[in-house]
Amino acid sequence: MQPFDYQRADDPQAAVDAIAKAPHARFLAGGTNLVDLMKQSVEKPSQLIDIDRIGLTKIEELPDGGLRLGALARNSDTADHPLVRQRYPMLAQAIYSGASPQLRNRATNGGNLLQRTRCYYFYEPAFAQCNKRKPGSGCGAIEGYNRIHAILGASPDCIATHPSDMCVALAALGAQVRARSERGERTIPFSEFHRLPGSHPEIDTNLRLDELILSIDLPTSPYAEHSVYVKVRDRASYAFALVSAAAALELDHGAIRSARMALGGVAHKPWRSEKAEALLVGKTPGREAWLAAANELLAGAKGYEHNAFKIAMARQTIVRAFTLALGKVEQT
Amino acid sequence: MACNEKIAASAPLFGSNDDNSETACEWSFSRRDFMAGSGALLGTAALAGSVAPALAQPDAVTATAKMHSIQIDLNGKAKRLEVDPRTTLLDLLREHLGLTGTKKGCDHGQCGACTVLLDGRRINSCLTLAVACDGQRVTTIEGIAHEGQLHPMQQAFLDNDGFQCGYCTPGQIISAVALLDEAAHGAASFATPDLRNVQHPELTDLEIRERMSGNICRCGAYPGIVAAVRQALGSTSNRSAVRGLGDDHAAL
Repeated sequence: MQPFDYQRADDPQAAVDAIAKAPHARFLAGGTNLVDLMKQSVEKPSQLIDIDRIGLTKIEELPDGGLRLGALARNSDTADHPLVRQRYPMLAQAIYSGASPQLRNRATNGGNLLQRTRCYYFYEPAFAQCNKRKPGSGCGAIEGYNRIHAILGASPDCIATHPSDMCVALAALGAQVRARSERGERTIPFSEFHRLPGSHPEIDTNLRLDELILSIDLPTSPYAEHSVYVKVRDRASYAFALVSAAAALELDHGAIRSARMALGGVAHKPWRSEKAEALLVGKTPGREAWLAAANELLAGAKGYEHNAFKIAMARQTIVRAFTLALGKVEQT
Repeated sequence: MACNEKIAASAPLFGSNDDNSETACEWSFSRRDFMAGSGALLGTAALAGSVAPALAQPDAVTATAKMHSIQIDLNGKAKRLEVDPRTTLLDLLREHLGLTGTKKGCDHGQCGACTVLLDGRRINSCLTLAVACDGQRVTTIEGIAHEGQLHPMQQAFLDNDGFQCGYCTPGQIISAVALLDEAAHGAASFATPDLRNVQHPELTDLEIRERMSGNICRCGAYPGIVAAVRQALGSTSNRSAVRGLGDDHAAL
């Protein structure tokens, strides 16, 4: 690990002030991804600003009935919070499905959003090619071993996926991200938080380097009763998703009043399509409706040598998720 | 630690069948004593209370690293230390403080062998910088026995053959101790069927397996591990033993 300067910030403003003075510094929170990447020499910050004790750990109701998740609340505390479990059980499930209890005890909500891809070619500097790690060097995955890679929204420069489960549920729920810098505070809709790789895969999100995430705000949700997070992976637990799906239904006299769905493990960001969700409105719940929505969500999907199976898997995972969300089958 | 004792006893470093060695039988130290002793020889800086970057970080440039003073409560004892900010909590424990019970498996948060309690909660010490633990309470496998009595979870692992080679075992035991504490606080998991209506999920075998999934066992001792957790769960003495380790469980 390369040497770095370490300092601790005492409150959010001190953290913002510190990073404004040190443009190459990085915030350190739980460290479960950043420290690992520093060991790998993928991340080489010259300075760390420890924000683990600046507060921002509360989970509190908003005046409009929504819920504010503190950026530095631990993933485990967030999932275990009674209001999250009761009102956004799909989010709690998504968090519980990720990583391990030890990692969730350390990992923060803001850090979860900012975790980097698990693409092998990104994570191992012994590979010469990775446009995300070393812009302009090429992509080792497109012609390489790309089983865990993207089938949607990829570019000729990068086919990495975003590894988060939590973010898939947050995308489906229409969360917003509050951030602060020296320039003030702003709110970023979740759909605009993460980026597609395009010609700049080295930039994962639209959060600027000097911005501190304050909270993730959830709107009120009519989906608590009929929602689920389904994760398909190589082993039963403690593995990243090959494909995952968040699916939520609001029913009205047996018909679908509104629906939300998002896919994980398939793109550089959680994959959501309002057009696909609109196809479900007014429909009778059932396989036909799920397949139509799934096909629309997967429009334009492209498989590579080792990951083409993900297209069919994603379609079936959506069908499975909506079937479970409707509530007649036990998840196993 | 009980598990390692068992292994050390059954696999002495120096056999007693060597006719030419009159001292072989008299060498009574265990494998663990030997390993820990070797570490101390290499890491004499720890004796002076000054902690250089771990040996596992060959590119460390000690001359330019600014050391930081931290204080931690380690298994009930206050420790004041000087640490390089690159030093992980795992390397601090093993390489500098000689507490080799906590194991380094993958060193990347993928196996759980390095699990310790930080302020009463289980974490991966390999991904936690020691400097970030200033002022916090660290509990390792060396710190859970009480006045010569094994922690009920240690006893349960022995009683149920919850290990084979033993390397993952300290992490498994610490993790399992935390599991019971989390469950006592109402924690759920991905295996919990109805998150909206269950306040204290029942610890079924499926729940135990899911909640222990952060600890990989290469020998596949999982059935014994589940049985051990189940035994400790049923042990009344365990409840009092667990209490105190989890005092700081975050209240939201």
